[in-house]
Amino acid sequence: MLPTLFSQLLNGIQYGLLLFLIASGLTLIFGVLGVINLAHGSLFMLGAYTAFLVVRAAGSLWLALPVAIVFGAILGVLLERLLFRHFYRREHLDQVLLTFALILIFEEVRSLVVGNDFHAVPVPAALDFSVPVTSGFSYAAYRFVVIGVCLALALLLIWWVERTRLGATIRAVAENREMVDVLGIDASRVHLTVFAVGTALAMTAGALAAPLTSVYPNMGDGLLIISFVVVVIGGLGSVSGAFWSALLIGLIDTLGKAYGPSLDVGGTGGLLAAAASMSVYILMVVVLLLRPSGLFGGRA
Amino acid sequence: MTDASRMLPRSVVGWIGLGLGALVLAGLPFVASAYYVGLITKAMIAAMFALSLHLLVGGTGLVSLGHGAFYGLAAYVVYLVSPEGAPRPIWMTLPAAITMASLAALLIGALSLRTTGFFFLMVTLAFGQMIFFVFHDTKLGGGTDGAYLGKPLLSAFGLVLDPLSLPRSKRGWPVYYAVLFQLIAVYLFLAYLLSTLFGRTLEGIRINEHRMRALGFNTYAYKVAAFTIAGLLAGIAGHAWSLHTGFVNPELVGWHKSAEALLMILLGGINSLIGAVVGALAYTALGEFAQAAGAYLSAFGSSLGDSVAGRRIVAVGHVLSERKLLIEGIVILLTVLVLRNGITGIGNRGWQEGLAVKNVADDECDDARHRSAAEDGRKRISRIGARGNG
Repeated sequence: MLPTLFSQLLNGIQYGLLLFLIASGLTLIFGVLGVINLAHGSLFMLGAYTAFLVVRAAGSLWLALPVAIVFGAILGVLLERLLFRHFYRREHLDQVLLTFALILIFEEVRSLVVGNDFHAVPVPAALDFSVPVTSGFSYAAYRFVVIGVCLALALLLIWWVERTRLGATIRAVAENREMVDVLGIDASRVHLTVFAVGTALAMTAGALAAPLTSVYPNMGDGLLIISFVVVVIGGLGSVSGAFWSALLIGLIDTLGKAYGPSLDVGGTGGLLAAAASMSVYILMVVVLLLRPSGLFGGRA
Repeated sequence: MTDASRMLPRSVVGWIGLGLGALVLAGLPFVASAYYVGLITKAMIAAMFALSLHLLVGGTGLVSLGHGAFYGLAAYVVYLVSPEGAPRPIWMTLPAAITMASLAALLIGALSLRTTGFFFLMVTLAFGQMIFFVFHDTKLGGGTDGAYLGKPLLSAFGLVLDPLSLPRSKRGWPVYYAVLFQLIAVYLFLAYLLSTLFGRTLEGIRINEHRMRALGFNTYAYKVAAFTIAGLLAGIAGHAWSLHTGFVNPELVGWHKSAEALLMILLGGINSLIGAVVGALAYTALGEFAQAAGAYLSAFGSSLGDSVAGRRIVAVGHVLSERKLLIEGIVILLTVLVLRNGITGIGNRGWQEGLAVKNVADDECDDARHRSAAEDGRKRISRIGARGNG
């Protein structure tokens, strides 16, 4: 009982940290650029497939990570310059449809290139072992590495946004774009940077997750909506808010899915189990109705 | 401002055009094959669903990503009321489906309309996801795989019309005409609704909600009412889906369904009510056209023999006919980038008036705000100046 609880808690933290990599990009892109990016989950999918292709071609996940980051940044620059920059001032409806179109196109391109099969991505041989934590409980080494890498990226990102000059500019653009323009700072450059960083983060998350979940069609779809939940609960546009809320959501979702089915007693017909898998959405609705600025940060 | 809503045909000619369109649809089964009768039935169901969402998007200015929930919910209610092997008459299934759909819409609308903009999108998405999980994760409606249901019986006053009693080529006709009738009824109902004070109030909310509130309208109540009516109409469409296909699965509830309906609205033209119908029909036609063109290209390419050009043409044809979602994606992209006022907006300047009214309203607000801010600043400066002099 206790060892499973331990490993579920660690799974929850690891899942939450991956969620943060996706949600932080989402929250920055909405907070700074004002664009609802439904295609952010597809970027996660593209990152995972990039890792799969690199591992298949070169046999190394360590190479796949930088490739995913660079590819993500380039893709982000292209998307921002060619499409998104024309949509900053358009209505939500247009943004929703633009990014929905991107989901369909990304998935079809993936299907044309790799096909629709599930593919396992092997964990690097050097990390293919379990770390004994206590006498009766050990945990996969690769998962520890994922936790470590995500934490490092998270700290770097929070430091970048909240402690550096460029980060201050980004927050300023989010507050008042015209004012930043008037002060002689190139806001469009800030937009480009934020979008590219967000894209690269989502693709990195995909590459990191590939050995854990294997890669499959539409793998980003569920994550997209959970990431939106993270963004809303963390407070729109707040990176450190997204961090805490991602951890919270990761833990709730993992524990709910692990222990929800055991709640299925007798005649409820799995309604409690369904409630467990809905728990994060219920939380989001409650937060939105009681505290629309989010639980954390609160810089709406 | 004219008396009629901007969403409706502005002249008798427009109404005659609509009537002719309905007549064409009514005559179609006599000339088209059973395959096309089924296809147009699906397109008309999609049109009904898009129309119901149009009341929110075009009529009230609310973009919901959870509208598929009411459509799917209604279809699932039919499954629960009329399971496979035990079909019930339509006068039982239809009221059950729309009651459930509108109750759900009332509840979800009352909660989610307390938020606006981005948050409204997110809450509707979350509620839609919740209903999705109810059917996806429980055995209530057949779980992930979905389930077959007993198609509701088309019966009235004790007379039952059994499609199986008709010749094979005409078995799709009863459902086709039932759906066409419902589509026309939904359109006329919405047309009437938009021309009433209620509809005009919704339009006012779309253009400038603050002003409507300042004028004393309880905009929240109006929006909840619109949301509920839209859910009810989506329920009619979902019921029609079960009537036509006899099958339900969780995808009916998912947010992709809502996004697709948003596309149809934008493709047809968001500034007129008939745009939703035109968009749904055009979207279906486009899918068929892509498939036919792809098949033609493939055949043409292989007739060229084993040349590079031949193989390329075959490949392009294959993409056109097999990659439905890619085509859909590109259509959406082109619609949002180029065809921003949709098919019905081509060559029509009426929509520009509509947009102009909105912009003027916004500008007036901004102007007023700027003027008062500037006034404020001037007063403050003169006060400082006075102090300096004194």
